[in-house]
Amino acid sequence: MKPAAKSKKAPSGASIASAELLSERELRRISDSVLRLAKSSGAEETEVHLDEVANTLTRFANNAIHQNVAEHGLTVSIRTVADGRTARATTNRIDEDSLRSAIEVALSLAHSQPKDARLLPMPAKQRYRSVNRFIKPTAALSAEDRARAVRRACDLAVRNGQVAAGIYSNGQNQSALGNSRGLFAAYRETHSEFSITVQEGPATSWAKANSADVRAFDPQKLAARAREKAHLAVNARELPPGRYTVILEPAAVLDLVGFLFYDFAATALEDKRSCLNDRMGKQLFGQNITITDDAYHPLQQGAPFDGEGLPRQKVLLVDRGIPRNLVYSCAAAKAAGKQPTGHGFALPNEYGEAPMNLVFGGGDSSIEKMVASTDRGLLVTRLWYIREVDPYEKAMTGMTRDGLFLVENGQVTGAVRNFRFNQSLIEMLNNVELLGPAVRATGEEAFEMVVPAMKVHNFHFSEVTKF
Amino acid sequence: MWDLCTNALDTAKLRGASYGDVRVMHLRQRDLTTKNGQVGTLSQSESIGLGIRVLANGAWGFASTDRLTRDGVAACAAQAVSIAKASALAKRSEVLMAAEKACVDSWQSPFRKDPFEIPLETQLALLLAADAEMRRVKGITLTETDMQFRKIDSWFASSIGSRIHQRKVISGCGIAATSFQGEEIQKRSYPNSFGGQHALQGYELVESLDLLKNAPLIAEEAVALHTAAQCPEKIGTLILGGAQLGLQIHESIGHPIELDRVLGQEANFAGTSFLTIDQLDQLKYASSIVNVVADARLDHGQGLGTFAYDDEGVPAQCTDIIKDGKFRGYLSNRETAHLVGLDRSSGTMRAESWNRLPIIRMTNVSLLPGAWDYDGLIADTHDGILMETNRSWSIDDRRYQFQFSTEIGWEIKGGKKVRMLKNPSYSGITTEFWNSCDAICKFDHWTLWGTPNCGKGQPMQTMGTGHGASPSRFRNVRIGTAFSNQ
Repeated sequence: MKPAAKSKKAPSGASIASAELLSERELRRISDSVLRLAKSSGAEETEVHLDEVANTLTRFANNAIHQNVAEHGLTVSIRTVADGRTARATTNRIDEDSLRSAIEVALSLAHSQPKDARLLPMPAKQRYRSVNRFIKPTAALSAEDRARAVRRACDLAVRNGQVAAGIYSNGQNQSALGNSRGLFAAYRETHSEFSITVQEGPATSWAKANSADVRAFDPQKLAARAREKAHLAVNARELPPGRYTVILEPAAVLDLVGFLFYDFAATALEDKRSCLNDRMGKQLFGQNITITDDAYHPLQQGAPFDGEGLPRQKVLLVDRGIPRNLVYSCAAAKAAGKQPTGHGFALPNEYGEAPMNLVFGGGDSSIEKMVASTDRGLLVTRLWYIREVDPYEKAMTGMTRDGLFLVENGQVTGAVRNFRFNQSLIEMLNNVELLGPAVRATGEEAFEMVVPAMKVHNFHFSEVTKF
Repeated sequence: MWDLCTNALDTAKLRGASYGDVRVMHLRQRDLTTKNGQVGTLSQSESIGLGIRVLANGAWGFASTDRLTRDGVAACAAQAVSIAKASALAKRSEVLMAAEKACVDSWQSPFRKDPFEIPLETQLALLLAADAEMRRVKGITLTETDMQFRKIDSWFASSIGSRIHQRKVISGCGIAATSFQGEEIQKRSYPNSFGGQHALQGYELVESLDLLKNAPLIAEEAVALHTAAQCPEKIGTLILGGAQLGLQIHESIGHPIELDRVLGQEANFAGTSFLTIDQLDQLKYASSIVNVVADARLDHGQGLGTFAYDDEGVPAQCTDIIKDGKFRGYLSNRETAHLVGLDRSSGTMRAESWNRLPIIRMTNVSLLPGAWDYDGLIADTHDGILMETNRSWSIDDRRYQFQFSTEIGWEIKGGKKVRMLKNPSYSGITTEFWNSCDAICKFDHWTLWGTPNCGKGQPMQTMGTGHGASPSRFRNVRIGTAFSNQ
């Protein structure tokens, strides 16, 4: 893979993403300062979260850049414990007076509530697995680099009588967590993303990629793919709603199955709002469905520690269609008599935990093979505005968007008007006929995951729209 | 703060900006939740920083920083200009802005009780008491309550000479009871789902809601839904409660009238709109009894879309959107107004925070009250279904085809509510739906609902919008789609 155009000399101030984040030593100094101030203010235990972002994003529409932004910010979030009570205060001012004030707010909030019998001591020092997702070329990408890449993508659309819109973004962020029991964890990563929608008359298509390493994708290839599919999408015809075999590209799979993530939280089961209540250990999905949470997977991103400071563990959630394990925060683990898995959110909160690095097992098929094996079906580029209709059956509704194609006798034969679907995820994951290799997918409804393309039979489209 | 603003604008001008506007914002927020009788979230946060937007070489640039020193602000302004010059590498036309007069003003939203001055113990005690009232009902498996308060100060300055300080106080509160039985999860919320009611008010909003009276009522309904009849699938008469209608307005009127969507500026993410410019003053959007305005003025009410000036320094306005059923207006800004023949922005540019670019957003997009008394509307309905409190919502990326489901429904026969229905849903095409409206309740039943979680823009921004609505009736609506298996 070739990097996007590099600029050898970036004018001063051209890209905040190339600005230096605070050093880990500096983060530790701020953390230690908060812990010292909190101790002197009477906090029995204290936890400090530091989050710093330096992001830039170039946005284009109508074949030109229309928005172009940069942000830089650091937040300090302080949780104190006093007399069996805890609360959190957050500020983005790091002078000593502001930190002292935030500590006092956190203590005041904590004192205002009843004692929490479930409150646990903060964890002590931990060992973390090393992951490197800070890629210098990503951090160095400048506003000019992005503008030139956007210009080329837009020129391609213009040459073909089309209209392009999208984003090209990059940035770096870091987080650190320290507490008064000696725990300290720090992590930094880069991120980059290119997304493009190409319109040809009323037809649209879309392509998007996202990675810690900007060299992992080529904006011009994505633009070319969107250009080609937009052209294929013209003259869409209307088909009746009903049940169809569908070939879901990875982004479409991601945005659907992404809604399952919170169901694997032990707290969600305790609250009886998970679709897995009374279903653990049963053959809930097809035998070709295996789901793992793995923060260390090479296509994943995110810190190797959770909001409580515990190291993230790899957890097998679904084994050949059977839900086997959940993820646990410290409190949920204690309530269930289990060990915490490193998936807790920052306390205090009412949601407990969730797996944030889902990896679906893939197969050896491909979009091309799926199309070739289909007598009649629909190829789905992406889905849109997905919402939960029935939380226990995990029935979801939403629309197809940016490229829906009819497959007949093993070939794509034309474009189809967009459908609304009403589909149970449980049913869908029992109807998977073929799986492609698992890839890092990015959509707009769920956070990024590693998922395969899927061929699914009996997918329920309930209504059709006007384009 | 004005010194920081001046410093930023001066630096931008020196670096070559032909226009600049800058906002310093100080945001304070308090969040309280309970779950099953225990305190859940208990947190307070503050954030202060500066964002500057500039035009240079005929293109836009924006940068933001939390380093509020003279050097930090100057670097941020210089960066905004550099970014604008980079934008010019991929521009196709010059940015034109509608004229606007400079304003120097200070404004504070009205409130009777500052929520940050109310003791936390008082706020938590009320939530825990409401939580307990819900848990007293047998069959309830999960109870949740929440309060959220925000105080936002903004200092806006622009290179045309505007200097505007605004302070807004926002409150929100809601409760919810959930029941899991057999293979079904049912939930009821009050006064609205997804966090309750939100408004540009102080703690008086919370006190007006009477949580303790309503807590057991919704808990009983959540349990009763398990044994209620399934909402039928049919084409029929639909009455929407005000809160659900507020979201219907948001999705099928508020978003399609955003001129940035219409012009393709949101094509990659939020989508576009079926309301192409040729439809203005031509399209029969709705039946003749339907009148919709976008009104940011305090006169309209204390909604989440109420302010004195938008984030381009344009004074709050009231714009006709639908007048006697006809499509009359868009939400515009200084850059897009001329494209629909206007010589002035409609004042709808809003930014979530100091680190976000202002973009076109809904203000208070409201259905004006009609003539019907609520009891009279029910009595006039021979055969219909009343649906209340949103459960799910979805609409296509051009805002034609929608589907909503609500927490509870009621069958109406012979002018009376005869029985509860579970899993109600309806769907349709926007203009067909609004043209089927044949009754709107009067002002006595009208509420300015708050939608606190409207997402738009890249990077994503969450904004609060207001939607005034009273219960209304629609004919020949497709009902029960979401649970159809056909």
